[in-house]
Amino acid sequence: MPTRPTGTRTPVLSLRGISKNFGAVSALTDVDMDVHAGEVVALVGDNGAGKSTLVKILAGVHQPSSGTVIFNGEPVTISTPSVALNLGIATVFQDLALCENLDVVANIFLGRELSPFRLDEVSMEIKAWTLLNELSVRIPSVREPIASLSGGQRQTVAIARSLLLDPKLILLDEPTAALGVAQTAEVLDLIERVRDRGLGVVMISHNMEDVLAVADRIVVLRLGRNNGVFTPDTSHEELVAAITGASNNAVVRRAARRQQTDVGQHHP
Amino acid sequence: MSNRISTNVPLDQQDVRLKHEQGLAGTIRAFWVRVRTGDLGSLPVVVGLVIICSIFQYLNPVFLSSNNLVNLLFDCSTVGIIALGVVCVLMVGEIDLSVGSVSGLASTITGVLWVSNGWPVAAAILAALLTGSVIGLLYALLYNYFSMPSFVSSLAGLLAALGMQLYLLGNTGSINLPYGSPLVNFGQMLLIPDPLSYALVLLVGVGMFLTGYRSAQRRRNAGLSAPSLSNLLLKAAITIIGLGAIVFYLNQGRGVPWMFALFVALVVLMNYALTRTSWGRAMHAVGGNREAARRSGINVRFIYITAFVACSTLAAAGGILAAARLASSSQQAGTGDVNLNAIAAAVIGGTSLFGGRGSAFSALLGIIVIQSIASGLTLIDLSSSLRYMITGAVLAIAVIVDSLARRSRMSHGRA
Ligand SMILES: Nc1ncnc2c1ncn2[C@@H]1O[C@H](COP(=O)(O)OP(=O)(O)O)[C@@H](O)[C@H]1O
Ligand SMILES: [Mg+2]
Repeated sequence: MPTRPTGTRTPVLSLRGISKNFGAVSALTDVDMDVHAGEVVALVGDNGAGKSTLVKILAGVHQPSSGTVIFNGEPVTISTPSVALNLGIATVFQDLALCENLDVVANIFLGRELSPFRLDEVSMEIKAWTLLNELSVRIPSVREPIASLSGGQRQTVAIARSLLLDPKLILLDEPTAALGVAQTAEVLDLIERVRDRGLGVVMISHNMEDVLAVADRIVVLRLGRNNGVFTPDTSHEELVAAITGASNNAVVRRAARRQQTDVGQHHP
Repeated sequence: MSNRISTNVPLDQQDVRLKHEQGLAGTIRAFWVRVRTGDLGSLPVVVGLVIICSIFQYLNPVFLSSNNLVNLLFDCSTVGIIALGVVCVLMVGEIDLSVGSVSGLASTITGVLWVSNGWPVAAAILAALLTGSVIGLLYALLYNYFSMPSFVSSLAGLLAALGMQLYLLGNTGSINLPYGSPLVNFGQMLLIPDPLSYALVLLVGVGMFLTGYRSAQRRRNAGLSAPSLSNLLLKAAITIIGLGAIVFYLNQGRGVPWMFALFVALVVLMNYALTRTSWGRAMHAVGGNREAARRSGINVRFIYITAFVACSTLAAAGGILAAARLASSSQQAGTGDVNLNAIAAAVIGGTSLFGGRGSAFSALLGIIVIQSIASGLTLIDLSSSLRYMITGAVLAIAVIVDSLARRSRMSHGRA
């Protein structure tokens, strides 16, 4: 494994004291997070922990209620999605942000078309195929509307889209949730390749195996608050404990029961 | 990739699951599949038009006479340009119910400034167009900043514009535009000279072939699939012969109106803007999935502004031409069925009421259908009461076709 820069340099992205309220609901409270160049940060937490909300704040979809976002050492206000894109923050949203009535090429280049007054369809189509082939995506035709694609195919289109701009930071909100085994491996490979190119990656996933496989650091959110930062050599149980907030939780109890029955079967 | 890739297969046809339709039979088969899955395109309109023409020709042989068709094209142009604007707002999933009265207001402003106040005609026209733009801008701002649904703001606008029209006309009630003036001539009798009309047809065909050929060559060089030369030639030939025959027939009568040429030019321009510019992409995207468009960095508010402004400005342009056609600006201008006809034309032509789907050409096709019905019913001496009812029924049918096609597309994964 290549040696990667750690906390010595200034991070690409620093979040300090980010809070977000939706009416009476505090989706995020005082969240801190750092992402360095060439680093994969896994953001984990239970459903409703506020992961997607955090990603949407960084993507310019939502505004934080308070707190500062520091990008490349500069405090920034990400007021709209185009501000985020221009900074070099690309996002793959959990609720896929694709236009079903447009074809794959149009979706990949949406908002970033080549030669805006005389669309260069040929170059765009070739670039689209290149990106999709890099991801080993099997899409029959890039000229079919998105509506005709499966969930996994849509997911890869969304990922291809995020890579188009050569971003500095990529946010992936559950990128493998809709994918098959092979495709998941491809995406994890891709995440590593992107990291080795020196990009910062934030990946949200519920799959602890995936997380432990690619993450350099694991940031745990619980009920909208930081609940520890872990390294990939942390045990599965420890992570689950941090995510669920107790060492005595359903997952641990279940694992314990398993072990007992195993033992029981061996010694009748 | 695990499936074998042979090097001479174009980059975009390497997936083994993709069915490649080749040759003419293949093209027809692919078309049939599209139709079955609800991607109807302009098929229902063309079928409808043939039925309508057959019926009226049977009822009154004057219907398909060249001169009646020439008149029909004059009438198409004014409301057609309004319908072209309606295509823009429907594309982003909104509606403008005030296009009729905005066109009436524009007609009035032209008359009042030009005839009553002695402005140069160009200045009067410009003022009328700008009034349209400002009205569109107002709807867009109400929509963007107060989330006012466009059907409400444009209903309010309908009444306000009508009031303004009546106020400006005062108790005169109507202003006659001078016969023999260029504007009135344009609206009533300027026709393309025969040789020029054929030259234009040729130009369209050759232009189509050349652009098609250039892009096919670029695609082939880049390793993508491209239509064959014979395919392109066939298309160009069909276009030239088809358009040529129509123009020849019209030239047996008075000929092709310049006003209709202007309408078609605007349609072609709008088609280019909607399909070949990033603005057009953004229009489709906002109509298809507004939030996705926003997250892609598209300035959604700006797109709404352009859509509403384009619609009202084109409505004003249609109103000015209608004044030219009638040689008057009156209290009746833009009232009656103008509003409904313009909206119906866009929908009948195949622009979806649900946003994100449509084409500039739907204004052209749709208005020809509407005007054919109007002209045919006038020829067989039906009163306007019945005309309204029949036009209403046609609109209802078009909306039903639109909804059914949408449902079918959704179940066949074609959005
Ligand atoms: N647009 C919204 N409006 C109101 N509440 C929201 C919105 N988005 C998220 N929330 C709330 O914020 C909390 C965190 O949600 P989310 O970030 O989607 O969690 P997750 O970690 O599962 O991605 C949830 O309680 C959710 O109900
Ligand atoms: Mg989520």
